[in-house]
Amino acid sequence: MTTRYIGKPLKRKEDPRLIQGISHYVDDLNLAGMHYAAFLRSPHAHANIRSVDLSKARHASGVVLALSGADIDGAIQPVPCAAQIPDMKSAARPVLARDRVRFVGEAVAVVVASDRYAARDALDLIEVDYEPLTPIVNPEKAIAKGATPLHAGHKDNVAFKWELEGGDLKAAFKSADKVIRQRLVNQRLIPVPIETRGVIADYQPGEGQLTVWSATQIPHLLRTQIASMLNFPETLVRVVAPEVGGGFGSKLNVYPEEALVAYLAIQLGKPVKWSESRRENFQATIHGRDQIDDVEVAVKRDGSILGLRCHVIADLGAYYQLLTPLIPTLTGLMMTGCYKIPAARMEITGVFTNKMATDAYRGAGRPEATYLIERVMDLVAAELKKDPVEVRRKNFPQPNDFPYATPTGLIYDSGDYEKALDMALKVADYKKLRQEQAKLRKEGRYMGIGVSTYVEICGMGPSSAMPAGGWESATVRVEPTGRVSVMTGSSPHGQGQETTFAQMGADVLGIDPSQFQVVHGDTSIVPYGIGTFGSRATAVGGTAVYKSLLKVKEKLAHIAAHLVGSDPERMVFADGKISAKESPKKSVAFGQAVSAAYVAKTLPADMEPGLEATTFFEPSNFTYPFGTHICVVEIDREIGDVKLVRYVAVDDCGNVLNPLLVEGQVQGGIVQSVGQALFEEAVYDEQGQLITGELMDYALPHASDLCWIETARTVTPTPVNPLGVKGVGEAGTIGATPALAGAVADALAPFGVHHVDMPFKREKIWQLMRKSSGRVQ
Amino acid sequence: MGVEIQLHVNGKQHHGTVEPRLLLVHYLRDVLGLTGTHIGCETSICGACTVLLDGKAVKSCTLLAVQASGSEITTIEGLASSQKGAGNGAAANGALHAVQEGFWEKHGLQCGYCTPGMILAAVDLLQRNKNPNEGQIRSALSGNLCRCTGYQHIIEAVQYAAKKMSARKPLKMSASAGRTP
Amino acid sequence: MIPASFEYHAPKTLDEALRLVERHGDEAKLLAGGHSLLPLMKLRLAAPRYVIDIGHLRGMSYIREENGQIAIGALTTHSEIEHSELLAAKCPLLPQTAAQIGDVQVRNRGTIGGSLAHADPGGDYPAAILALDAEIIAANTSGTRTIPARDFFVDMLTTQLHPGEILTQIRIAPRPPQSGTAYEKLHQPASGFAIVGVAANVLLGNGRKAIERAAIGITGLAAKAFRAEAVERALNGKTISDKVIEDASRNAAQGVEPLSDLHASGEYRREMARVFTRRAIARAIEAARGVSRGGV
Repeated sequence: MTTRYIGKPLKRKEDPRLIQGISHYVDDLNLAGMHYAAFLRSPHAHANIRSVDLSKARHASGVVLALSGADIDGAIQPVPCAAQIPDMKSAARPVLARDRVRFVGEAVAVVVASDRYAARDALDLIEVDYEPLTPIVNPEKAIAKGATPLHAGHKDNVAFKWELEGGDLKAAFKSADKVIRQRLVNQRLIPVPIETRGVIADYQPGEGQLTVWSATQIPHLLRTQIASMLNFPETLVRVVAPEVGGGFGSKLNVYPEEALVAYLAIQLGKPVKWSESRRENFQATIHGRDQIDDVEVAVKRDGSILGLRCHVIADLGAYYQLLTPLIPTLTGLMMTGCYKIPAARMEITGVFTNKMATDAYRGAGRPEATYLIERVMDLVAAELKKDPVEVRRKNFPQPNDFPYATPTGLIYDSGDYEKALDMALKVADYKKLRQEQAKLRKEGRYMGIGVSTYVEICGMGPSSAMPAGGWESATVRVEPTGRVSVMTGSSPHGQGQETTFAQMGADVLGIDPSQFQVVHGDTSIVPYGIGTFGSRATAVGGTAVYKSLLKVKEKLAHIAAHLVGSDPERMVFADGKISAKESPKKSVAFGQAVSAAYVAKTLPADMEPGLEATTFFEPSNFTYPFGTHICVVEIDREIGDVKLVRYVAVDDCGNVLNPLLVEGQVQGGIVQSVGQALFEEAVYDEQGQLITGELMDYALPHASDLCWIETARTVTPTPVNPLGVKGVGEAGTIGATPALAGAVADALAPFGVHHVDMPFKREKIWQLMRKSSGRVQ
Repeated sequence: MGVEIQLHVNGKQHHGTVEPRLLLVHYLRDVLGLTGTHIGCETSICGACTVLLDGKAVKSCTLLAVQASGSEITTIEGLASSQKGAGNGAAANGALHAVQEGFWEKHGLQCGYCTPGMILAAVDLLQRNKNPNEGQIRSALSGNLCRCTGYQHIIEAVQYAAKKMSARKPLKMSASAGRTP
Repeated sequence: MIPASFEYHAPKTLDEALRLVERHGDEAKLLAGGHSLLPLMKLRLAAPRYVIDIGHLRGMSYIREENGQIAIGALTTHSEIEHSELLAAKCPLLPQTAAQIGDVQVRNRGTIGGSLAHADPGGDYPAAILALDAEIIAANTSGTRTIPARDFFVDMLTTQLHPGEILTQIRIAPRPPQSGTAYEKLHQPASGFAIVGVAANVLLGNGRKAIERAAIGITGLAAKAFRAEAVERALNGKTISDKVIEDASRNAAQGVEPLSDLHASGEYRREMARVFTRRAIARAIEAARGVSRGGV
């Protein structure tokens, strides 16, 4: 195969419709007779519901239906949780609260009206009698003796305990020259896709067909879950994910509103739409991170790491969402990062609190792991007075160590960590940066340099290691006109697979990328698939497409060889023709061979007509992209403001289908990390009120907060799939946070500070400098 | 009780009676069916709902339709045709405004949700400043949030458009756009 | 996202508007650009029974010279102020301040009158208006009155405006020669409001070596914007030096109860008031010297 398109920065096929505003996200769709749902949500973090009075709301103008939890009792199953941990306690989220509310924003009642304004107005007419209970907000207090359990039948607020150990930890700590301990807080975040969630459901009673449009990353899994929650025949449920305005994991879930809006459409026999407000999105769509990590590391004086031990308190919120308990366990698996650490142990205590559930947010457990191990490497360097780069380099596995088995039970597929590190050092001119830093410190200016060498686990994944299947599907169908339809089980929402899969198809079949239409997100068209998350769409979904393309290609080769009188093995696909290697005269136009498959008069004996192939690709392992990020900040001594000065990212995601799109993923991921490092934090007060409840109070990075990001790549293909691609969707977010944190800690080193918890808000930094200003080194 | 309004949207006159509390963004989306203008928050922060009102970028979720009565509005659907002073709606022939083209060329969008607002904010900037530097672009786009791109390709998209626009004679966005220097 | 219903009035003349506010009193809210009121209404933190939209009133959006003063109509947008050549020449502090409000879209729509009447404790204009000793003109059905900026801000979201009054104009004396101004702001990273904003207006004397008179307005620090008189006293008549400026700035929060919230504690706000006061004074002096050198 000649690679005319693979690896090239093609412009996206998706863009023309998006830049003209003529495509459709959920809220852009309108059906005849459509009604609008609005949810009344609890203002209390913890309360018993004594009564819900819907009588006034039911009589309000335009209102056709109003329901409380009691009205749907037993009709809709609670929100599913696919993750299973031995001995974990149950904490299923009801679609509407029945007797008790457990977080601010939990839905208590729903109203359907003829327009969205009337639905909203009716909410003000609902009277709920709450008996407020003491909220449990702090996870450590939640598991302290005497704390009241959130859930009936539980003896405490421990959801589960999970542990993982590998290697001889005792020996490691015994032979250590030093043991360094640190508490790290990985704060709670709000994903904030710019499109909030939204659902439309339409029920056709005659056909018995239920159609649900949802802003989701997982249309097929959602179809199965809606069918189960409503006890509705799955074959009659169609789920469509139209344009989806960002997800970042927050739409990798099943939410009460998705089942409930479908239920309402069935009850009313009318289409029903619900559009989430930003406030609802903050309160009742999953949050991310929220771990307290107490870490201990055993080191030798020369900087080699012998062992790592960590206890994690994971604040899960009040209920499980789809993957809630699983997320912190990913932190455990990746805790040793890109280092040869012979022994490691992690214990996780999952804790219930009166907050929204945490779940997968871009990186999902792995940014926490990278943050943990990279902060540890910096602390080791500081303690041993070594350069953080050298401590890292000392502990890298070498290229010939791959496949490399970690003490946590993973097999890293391929890597050359030093190569990426050296490239980043060169691009950043690390030596010069250190000189500049020394010079500025003398002038009383505080510049910091942070280095993160990371590895992440993605391309999720083998089914054996996943809560649901880890495979992906793809159907390639060459239509009679010669155009190619690619149906992928991945559900891209910005990642650009309509383009990259077309690039791949074009090279495999020797035709132009414009001939491809990549179809996704509609369960009635696409064979059952898994979805887009965990940096898997290209590594797993793309491989499924590739394999289907090869099957179709093989059939075409047989047809063409039959037509020109040659050997299928010798057929070459290029420039819209299929030709025999030995003679350019033995050639048919691509369309001619396709036509033969459908007209079916000149096919080889025993060949079925048609030109379609489906693959369910199951990867043998995860993939492990890696890289080095270097960040330079300067701190304003008087205000505590952290200013980004430079950012260098060298990422290795294996082979690349489209470098332009890879760049976009890396840059976007890094900026999400900047958000966590500098600004973002979901803050609940002691009453369990989410006081960062709007974008007025929860700061995202703006264009004006950033510096230019310098990117470069090394290429270490993975042996896990034939494309050699690893995945890049989360790399930026996983790799960047520790570089930012390292830079801030480094800038503050003259103040005797070696670690600060994120976010690095100005006042926090200012306080640290002020407290130690007497002993500036 | 409805209030009579009349607006000039993407070159076309619209009359109607609306509830006074109807937000401009809902008028555009739900009444006129121009769904390219998106809603991302309710507090005037995210900028997804940005349109041009008498040539200037404004957030249509923080404006009542009645307030906009008598004004001229350009939404993303009408941007390309507005530069030619041509008809209404998306350019049927696929012609793009230079800023739209920049976003396509430079991969200035991923999920595309913030994109219409971002493009119109960039158009506002380029009307005032034909050759903005990186800092000026960053500052002019600080009323628009993007969660996908990290903004860098957006900045390149605006630079691309600036170059392209200065290579040909200046375009008039709408009748009143020329007021800004 | 959706405001509650209200009765809408769009008066065509100021007189008509004044009669409406007189009739509806507390139950009415004035709508100018809408950037203060509408977000509150959409979150249903405000649900006025009557909304009186003065945005369509003609002749209330202008920046012009009148009797030796600069007069700014209440409906003038932030962006018109930001880009005004007249203000750049005669009162640069206002454009400097306007340029730091919110974002481009907000500045294109928000008005100076609406912003001042709303009196958000984190609003930017109040600092500038105070430092400029501006006058605020308010009208009611029986006439107009002039309120000095110093008396205008009463408390959080509360001004001297009486029920039935509409803010119609802001009047400012043009910048004298050898004076300089600056607005220095620490913004809240999510909303862009001022955690602390300091407007400095200094008049130099003695061959530009001394401060003849200083006026310092501070916003964000407390429930209402105020004049930092203790800072001014420490500057007036002094020969300029880093130490004089630094020492004077230490008085920035004197006698003030600082706000404390999610974004900044009272202690931090107080310290930032000192830092930003110093920076604003230093920049204002630079401006005064720079302009003088330019030969104005």
